[in-house]
Amino acid sequence: MKSATVRSSAAAAAAVPKAHVDVRPIMLLVALMVLGLLLVGSPSTWLTLTVAGLAMGFIIFIIASGLTLIFGLMDVLNFGHGVFIALGAFVATSVLGGMAGWTTSPSVLLNLLAVFSAMVVAMVVAGGVGWAFERVIVRPVYGLHLKQILITMGGMIVGEELIKVIWGPLQIPLPPPEALRGSFFIGDAAIEKFRLLAVAVGLLVFLVMMWVLSRTKVGLLVRAGVQDREMVEALGYRVRRLFVGVFVTGSALAGLGGVLWGLYQQSVTPQIGAQVNVLIFIVIIIGGLGSTGGCFIGALLVGVLANYTGFLAPKVALFSNIALMVAILLWRPQGLYPVTSR
Amino acid sequence: MIIQRLLSHDLPRSRWLAAALMATVLLLALAPLLFPGAKSMGVAAKMLVFILLVVSYDLLLGYTGIVSFAHTMFFGIGAYGVAIASTRMGEGWLAVATGSTLALLASLLLSLLIGLFSLRVKAIFFAMITLAVAAAFQTLASQLSDFTGGEDGLSFRNPLWLSPSFRLFDAPVLGVHIDGRLLAYYLLFGVVALAFLLLLRIVNSPFGRVLQAIRENDFRAEAIGYRTVVYRTLSNVLAALFATLAGVLLALWLRYTGPDTTLSFEIMLDILLIVVIGGMGTMYGAVLGSVLFVLAQNYLQDLLALGAGAFVGVPVLGAVVSPDRWLLWLGVLFVLSVYHFPTGIVGRLRTLAAAQPDEADKADKADKAGR
Amino acid sequence: MNLLTLAGVHTHIGAYHILHGVDLEVPEGAVTVLLGRNGAGKTTTLRTVMGLWAASKGTVRFAGEAIERQPVPEIARRGIAYVPENMGIFSDLTVQENMLLAARGARHADQLDRARLQWIFDLFPALQKFWLYPAGKLSGGQKQMLSVARALCEPRRLILIDEPSKGLAPSIVNNLVQALRELKAQRTTILLVEQNFRMARLLGDHVAVMDHGRVVHTGTMAALAADAELQQRLLGLSMGLSTGLSMNAHA
Repeated sequence: MKSATVRSSAAAAAAVPKAHVDVRPIMLLVALMVLGLLLVGSPSTWLTLTVAGLAMGFIIFIIASGLTLIFGLMDVLNFGHGVFIALGAFVATSVLGGMAGWTTSPSVLLNLLAVFSAMVVAMVVAGGVGWAFERVIVRPVYGLHLKQILITMGGMIVGEELIKVIWGPLQIPLPPPEALRGSFFIGDAAIEKFRLLAVAVGLLVFLVMMWVLSRTKVGLLVRAGVQDREMVEALGYRVRRLFVGVFVTGSALAGLGGVLWGLYQQSVTPQIGAQVNVLIFIVIIIGGLGSTGGCFIGALLVGVLANYTGFLAPKVALFSNIALMVAILLWRPQGLYPVTSR
Repeated sequence: MIIQRLLSHDLPRSRWLAAALMATVLLLALAPLLFPGAKSMGVAAKMLVFILLVVSYDLLLGYTGIVSFAHTMFFGIGAYGVAIASTRMGEGWLAVATGSTLALLASLLLSLLIGLFSLRVKAIFFAMITLAVAAAFQTLASQLSDFTGGEDGLSFRNPLWLSPSFRLFDAPVLGVHIDGRLLAYYLLFGVVALAFLLLLRIVNSPFGRVLQAIRENDFRAEAIGYRTVVYRTLSNVLAALFATLAGVLLALWLRYTGPDTTLSFEIMLDILLIVVIGGMGTMYGAVLGSVLFVLAQNYLQDLLALGAGAFVGVPVLGAVVSPDRWLLWLGVLFVLSVYHFPTGIVGRLRTLAAAQPDEADKADKADKAGR
Repeated sequence: MNLLTLAGVHTHIGAYHILHGVDLEVPEGAVTVLLGRNGAGKTTTLRTVMGLWAASKGTVRFAGEAIERQPVPEIARRGIAYVPENMGIFSDLTVQENMLLAARGARHADQLDRARLQWIFDLFPALQKFWLYPAGKLSGGQKQMLSVARALCEPRRLILIDEPSKGLAPSIVNNLVQALRELKAQRTTILLVEQNFRMARLLGDHVAVMDHGRVVHTGTMAALAADAELQQRLLGLSMGLSTGLSMNAHA
């Protein structure tokens, strides 16, 4: 009887208009895609570029999502996040290199399993290193922003050098496995198979993340902690432990992103971390520090824009990201979806 | 005393440090006589350029507490200014003057913009934005190849008196020929020395003290009545201008400018490493650190090669001690410095000097408590 | 028996020395009201008990155990709830999610104690109405209700409440008084900082008056309410407490 009361009250509450989701940033993405169609002209080229852009965007989201949560929850900005990206990419070269039997096979299933194994191993390694990184490098400098920036930078230098120690300082090719090379054709549009895979993985990660954040208690704690960490502690939750978990997850995700990025670029260098770092920072500034939704839209915007400008005006590519960042900050100085009550 | 006034009353305060600094000044001043080889002159010149570059960064990081990753961008602007002017206008003092002036103006504007736009936000935001801007600039430089020579950079000729083939006197003086290289070297030396003294004057002035107050507690500084945005922006601008100057000097020495001589992120990291290990907020730390760093960069590798020779064939150890991986050790030293020696080498030397030799332990404790 | 005891507690916030040796005893099962001028250190005392600010000297004992060096979550887990002055509502989360957070034993909303939830809804009907609404959209009074409701979600031994009635309409204040009375009936100990003297009088069994970071008077509420001269001396103005009895506040 009492449960019925609560349920009916919930139903009654549902009749009360809920706060509307702010769709303007999503509209911005759609507007960008429409603009791209107009400027590019050919729908098939547009489709190719857009899929490529979305793929790139999803990969960037996977990498950046962890970082934005880490910052939102514990006010720690890991300038060394790039290390995990590079680590993931290099681990993939070793795993896929060792599974040459599967990667050269024409069977899609074996190929997918090989890539999947690389992803899993990369995530485990990156997560493990992330745990060590948090303990040794980050933990002593909570709340000291200047030292954080310096020390995480230092961590990145050391990490990059250690990668060179293990894998050598040179570029290593990372081609996708047999069956995942080449493209599907929809009319005139060539859609690279691997990019579709990246979109699929990215979408999966996004959905899982959203589910965890909105439907589980842990996710609830993270969302609450991003807003008001002190109050969450006062409610009896050990936020420090939560943070380690988020840090490890963020690092693992960066490793996963590294695998995908390496396959997307088809090669891996030790500088890959530093290169992607800049993109990541732009994305999380655009999205709003601490906001997963903002990070998602921001990543897609950056990915799609990069591919459009790469086609239309290649010289302006990286500049376009800065311009986008400036434009969005002028519109919303705290990012697309600012996190309230910091 | 004259020395006191020259150094704006900011003395080394440690005998070891003073000795090291004096040795540095002497050796750099007499480098063309003592180490006339091409490589050693190059090392000495690089030391000079780095001293200016890092000392200007210390103003920003050590004294004002701002982390910026755009310092190499201003460095590059100075170098490219001279290079582009000399290439387009034909070499000569007019080109150098035009290029330098335009570069300084560009840096002034850019640093003002960056300062006003981003200094209103949190430190982390600012750091990220400077990172992004510097990266964009680097890409721009390699993309606008008609203008900047792209990846290959620009080679150009210096004004007559600074050209290597120029001879002031036919006969050697004190055993060396007074040629363009020597003159260029002493130009660098003179400018860097003056700039250093000027910066020392700046950080020891009332302005400098306000910067330090802001670094310690910007809320309180604001509450007392200092417009922190103004001071921070000024600090940004000054640091940028001196970095641009360093770029001009580098271009004049190398007679070449490219994305990797000035704009690369590796150089930015090097600056960070030097200023932290040397000692933030001391000025002298940047000097000492630059000298040690450039020495290490050029000669430590040889040392490591010796060590690596012992480990040939041993898988991981061999790679770790490899001379190419010297940056690894520097990185470890850097991380340790941030934790345990926040005052850097100079701070350590000063603390040790402040205590009696057999009370080094007490100095350690005071050091930890003070920071 | 005293559930909470502070002995010689000093608290520094940065360079500021706020608490200068606070001695306080909070008897179990009763409501102790902490009174004092603005800046006397009442909020600081609560926050020090909760561990949000570390005591630089002195001891804080809860149920006999010293807690002044414990981390905040551990202190909360001993059964202490904190209702801060700024309410501490998570604006981006729904009312339901806010309550779910407060219920450490529940992992999903349907694991919340039905009976208790109904009791809370009876006290604060607005929460039921806006159950799935983002908490940031509630009015100030409703947020305050939510903040108190969170402390009621599960049984607690001690509740620290900081000025719950600030800026609220009298009718809502009545709801609050009702809620706290029912809590008291359940033998929950309450340490209440309150400037609304009517409310303080209605609820308080014991009173402690603070000034300049120290407790300068302790005693029963009844005694203070009856002594206008004492009120004047301690609090600088007549609280009108002794006449407040006649202004009927309903349960």
